[in-house]
Amino acid sequence: MSVTVPSEQRMANDIARNLRHLPEERAAEEIAGHIGRFWDPRMRARLEGYVDAGAAGLDPLVVAAVELLR
Amino acid sequence: MTLLKEPDFGTPERPGPATVSVEIDGLPVTVPEGTSVMRAAAEAGVDIPKLCATDSLEAFGSCRLCVVEIDGRRGTPASCTTPCADGMKVSTQTPKVEKLRQGVMELYISDHPLDCLTCPANGDCELQDMAGVVGLRQVRYGYEGANHLDAEKDTSNPYFDFDPSKCIACSRCVRACGEVQGTFALTIEGRGFDSKVSPGAGESFMDSECVSCGACVQACPTSTLQERSVVELGMPTRSVVTTCAYCGVGCSFKAELRGDELVRMVPYKDGGANEGHSCVKGRFAFGYATHADRQLKPMVRDRITDPWREVEWDEAIGTVARRMREIQDRHGSGAVGAITSSRCTNEEVYVVQKMVRAAFGNNNVDTCARVCHSPTGYGLKQTFGESAGTQDFRSVAQADVIVVIGANPTDGHPVFASRMKRRLREGAQLIVVDPRRIDLVRSPHIEAQYHLQLRPSTNVAVVNAMAHVVVTEDLVDRDFVAARCEGFDDWAEFVARPENSPEAVEEITGVPAAELRAAARLYASAPNGAIYYGLGVTEHSQGSTMVMGMANLAMACGNIGRDGVGVNPLRGQNNVQGSCDMGSFPHELPGYRHVSDDAVRTVFENLWGGTLLAEPGLRIPNMFDAAIDGTFRGLFVHGEDIAQSDPNLKHVTAALEAMELVVVQDLFLNETAKFAHVFLPGASFLEKDGTFTNAERRINRVRAVMKPKTGKHEWQIVGEIATAMGYPMAYDHPGQIMDEIAAVTPTFTGVSFELLDKLGSVQWPCNEEAPEGTPIMHVDEFVRGKGRFVVTSYVPTNERSTRRFPLVLTTGRILSQYNVGAQTRRTGNVAWHPEDILELHPHDAEDRGIKNGDMVTLASRVGETTLRAEISDRMPTGVVYTTFHHPVTGANVVTTENSDWATNCPEYKVTAVQVGLATVGS
Repeated sequence: MSVTVPSEQRMANDIARNLRHLPEERAAEEIAGHIGRFWDPRMRARLEGYVDAGAAGLDPLVVAAVELLR
Repeated sequence: MTLLKEPDFGTPERPGPATVSVEIDGLPVTVPEGTSVMRAAAEAGVDIPKLCATDSLEAFGSCRLCVVEIDGRRGTPASCTTPCADGMKVSTQTPKVEKLRQGVMELYISDHPLDCLTCPANGDCELQDMAGVVGLRQVRYGYEGANHLDAEKDTSNPYFDFDPSKCIACSRCVRACGEVQGTFALTIEGRGFDSKVSPGAGESFMDSECVSCGACVQACPTSTLQERSVVELGMPTRSVVTTCAYCGVGCSFKAELRGDELVRMVPYKDGGANEGHSCVKGRFAFGYATHADRQLKPMVRDRITDPWREVEWDEAIGTVARRMREIQDRHGSGAVGAITSSRCTNEEVYVVQKMVRAAFGNNNVDTCARVCHSPTGYGLKQTFGESAGTQDFRSVAQADVIVVIGANPTDGHPVFASRMKRRLREGAQLIVVDPRRIDLVRSPHIEAQYHLQLRPSTNVAVVNAMAHVVVTEDLVDRDFVAARCEGFDDWAEFVARPENSPEAVEEITGVPAAELRAAARLYASAPNGAIYYGLGVTEHSQGSTMVMGMANLAMACGNIGRDGVGVNPLRGQNNVQGSCDMGSFPHELPGYRHVSDDAVRTVFENLWGGTLLAEPGLRIPNMFDAAIDGTFRGLFVHGEDIAQSDPNLKHVTAALEAMELVVVQDLFLNETAKFAHVFLPGASFLEKDGTFTNAERRINRVRAVMKPKTGKHEWQIVGEIATAMGYPMAYDHPGQIMDEIAAVTPTFTGVSFELLDKLGSVQWPCNEEAPEGTPIMHVDEFVRGKGRFVVTSYVPTNERSTRRFPLVLTTGRILSQYNVGAQTRRTGNVAWHPEDILELHPHDAEDRGIKNGDMVTLASRVGETTLRAEISDRMPTGVVYTTFHHPVTGANVVTTENSDWATNCPEYKVTAVQVGLATVGS
């Protein structure tokens, strides 16, 4: 993975990869819960911005989680 | 030996329920069965003369000074080797034994220098004491015959001298090296009159396998093995019991001083963590505290390119407060934050996080535990309900099978390693899971049953495969699981899948399936199986997953909640546990309670005043990212050197350069201080008053042996910054801070300086339910109620070897140096490790034309450095290893931004690299 991948994108995708074993809906909930519990609001805002900008490079589970976070 | 003597009962305690009653010189005494006559006498208040006996070592019976008479027994048995029998009547002072003792002493003194008045041990010499005790008045043999008085002194060790002319061949040093330390570097060479103590095969101490733990010096009854500081400074005159400031073992020491000058650190027998033992760092490497490099005055500068300007404290504190507030005014309250230090006391850490939350008004506080054991906090909280290890160190003495995963205790936690090695010598079996062949795999009298030499980054695949064996071979402790746990069925179904079998993962992990199966069976079938782990678990992209994986395995085998078992993190720094306990994480208030919990916030708001944020703040790597994008502009760095210790240093330094205000508080102008605008001089551990909490949750007192050389305590400085920012925060004494911690933290409710002074130390939780602390956790139920099995899928790291970077770098530390080396590089320890070394396998070296000692380049996709190569078959092919103790090497120039998915703990242990011969000038 390139070092130029934005940190929030890399971190969110890492969370998704580690929770992918769960059913999709639950995985999205867990990702959203994790980000909600551990991420500073400005990081969450940046992640939401990536989703709004087309979610390029983002795991679909992350996109689903972001929708739950809004 | 130590001048400031603790009681010495001569032989070790023999705890047990059965007792015997004896009479010593008419005094009745009842002792546990197996207790020696010497110890029973000491417990009755009768000191029997002795030279070869001391209560840290098994009885040896060689000096013949402790002979006694026993009614109904023939002869004069040695009291150290004679166990008490019920009804025994012992006489320790009879004309017969007195004459024998005088004769023995006469022989000793006939071959000993008569230089007591100029000997460094004068007043601290058991031989001298015993000569007085037995009433020696003459030596009839003269001093003219053959003797050892001209034996050559060995001064090769930087910290102690070996003067064989003063040796009485009691073997205490030899036995201490074996029994206490477990290194077996010393022996008695020759026979009869030629007998002499020898490090290794006639080598000097420095060239031998001696690890300079000091156990031999401690055990020596004469001046044969003597601290050089005592030779140079003289005998200490006073003593203060305090706690070592190096690793997470948290050894108790007597700081022995002459006036205000520290002469030596002597391990404290009553120390709960170390029980009288030490390592080279705690025992000897304290010189940094008074090193000339220490900066003792505050300094400020406008830009990091300006020269420093020394200022008074008021100006420095005012500058920090003013510039922090200016940044907040321009960029919002969340634009500043702080990093707390695991090298500082609980009280200091608590006030830093309080300053951030109450004075800065945000949750941007993190701790260096982020980059080491944050996955431990996460993983153990998820599974057991508490972010801490389960056992006390003593517990290892009851373990039957010990699993060491991703830890190198003999280097990183040497005093605990000595406990572990003692148990292994007694017959416990050992499984090592590590890519490197660490010393524990095979060392004197120890050999691991299994060394699972896995590929870096495959921990989770290995632990899942072990669990697969446990579940599919019906090795589960079903009663324990049914009564104590939840989530078992889902987890068992997961690990039982064919893709988790040892055979299926062998190609990924490199661990032969048969070996893995055998190791899993060994652990699961042990009466007591204990897991100990280190950063080789946590510093991975799946660090948290692996912690949960080990917790799953322990629960499945019923290895939780009693002596001899558990899941035990070996913490890196002295106060990693404490800094986490104190609310250093941006999502947690003290006691690991989430900031979003309204009830918890209310407790703190009522005490501190104001409103606390319910949203988590930035973690350390997030702070760097936010600094580069301009939303984070001011950072208070308390006792950490992030510009050396954190990964991807280019990124770190870019972040530091982007900030408007970096405040560094440290002993030295470290690498991070190069990017600082304000430097606040810190106090060494010898100047601190407070507490450290070690890896077994033991809260130990840190007592000041001298006033702060900077004129201020660190907790005081932090309080003054907060006050200058408009949030009054003043304490008169660190005991008040602990009282506040106890008032707001349920696991600390019973803790106070008074209690610690009374008990010596206490392991949290310490509250109404456990007024004297909790050595072992989760005994009847888990802190969270039921232990929770968590499915732990193996997810390969993003860091992959490529044709360009075909090797994998893993990093760690060695015995003589400590972390970024700021302390140990300023001590005699540099004699052992003057530079960072790259270890690589002979095949990898040969492929690259590298010879032992060559300078090589080490390059990853983010950076490159140069260091010296050491060819070592302890490395597997394809894996290289180095330390990060020296800034000139800057090993973290090459480590990457990859981190644990749950906690952002950096993946220091896996970096794809290439190694090549360095060209001249590189």
